[in-house]
Amino acid sequence: MSRARFIPLIVFALIVVAVAWRLAVPRDDRVASKLEGQKLPSFALPPALPGKPGLTSADLAKGSPRLVNIFASWCVPCAAEAPVLLDLKRRGVPIDAIAIRDRPEDVAAFLARHGDPFERIGGDDRSQVQIALGSSGVPESFVVDGRGVIRAQHIGPIMPHDVDGIMQAMEAAK
Amino acid sequence: MKRLLLALALVAAPLRADSDLPPSRWANEQLPDPRQEAAATKLMQEIRCLVCQGQAIGDSDAELAGDMRALVRERIARGESAEEVRRWLIERYGAWVSYRPPLDPLGWPLWAAPIGLLAAGAWLLRGRFRRRA
Repeated sequence: MSRARFIPLIVFALIVVAVAWRLAVPRDDRVASKLEGQKLPSFALPPALPGKPGLTSADLAKGSPRLVNIFASWCVPCAAEAPVLLDLKRRGVPIDAIAIRDRPEDVAAFLARHGDPFERIGGDDRSQVQIALGSSGVPESFVVDGRGVIRAQHIGPIMPHDVDGIMQAMEAAK
Repeated sequence: MKRLLLALALVAAPLRADSDLPPSRWANEQLPDPRQEAAATKLMQEIRCLVCQGQAIGDSDAELAGDMRALVRERIARGESAEEVRRWLIERYGAWVSYRPPLDPLGWPLWAAPIGLLAAGAWLLRGRFRRRA
């Protein structure tokens, strides 16, 4: 019976250890798309602003890999990411975009202010294509190969230290 | 300074993380067919919001949750079953997105846990009764 006395203490110690561990190693609450390695779902988005074509899944299966950036003019980290996207474009990465829940004039103002690295921008007013892609927020980026297969997903803004990884993923998708 | 601004921008994101567009039509409007609406509402309580990850999309005020409610209602109105919609979402976000965990090698401990706890409770009680006797 004497050993049983320590059971509550041991249980308590286990709880303390579990809590301390989670405090020290916070949970990664990013939700990765399960579509990595699979073909893009088919979609057709209208232009997000006049003067630039919209985006369809067929545009992303034309033989060479492309980066698809999911962004919004109302998203602050997207503005932080903008210079890095311009840098990627300078390095020869073709970039298309999907603008989530945005108005044409707001997209135009965002691009005028932060630069425009995009060849095509589809407008997803009701997040339906975003959900079909398994994306859970803005900004996110997908590397899509020439056959329209999702090869990599980047969650959150692409920061300068992510550029090498993106370049490698683009190279691997060739 | 630049790095500090960047860090501030990242921290500031949740403060203004909503668009200016109104919610989708079917985010907050019931389907005309009560049976379809009941199926949709039931499913909305079992699909996890991707933004407020402790909430179901039926309870969350996040815009993405609204757009997911619209997706659920539209698919059910088109004749899909709730299970088909759930499967479609699991294909994209993993079993994580459903509050009804599957009975697979990863999920069965969740279903077995209540039985295990009951058994442990019975074992503890048994010890008590024995001491009295």
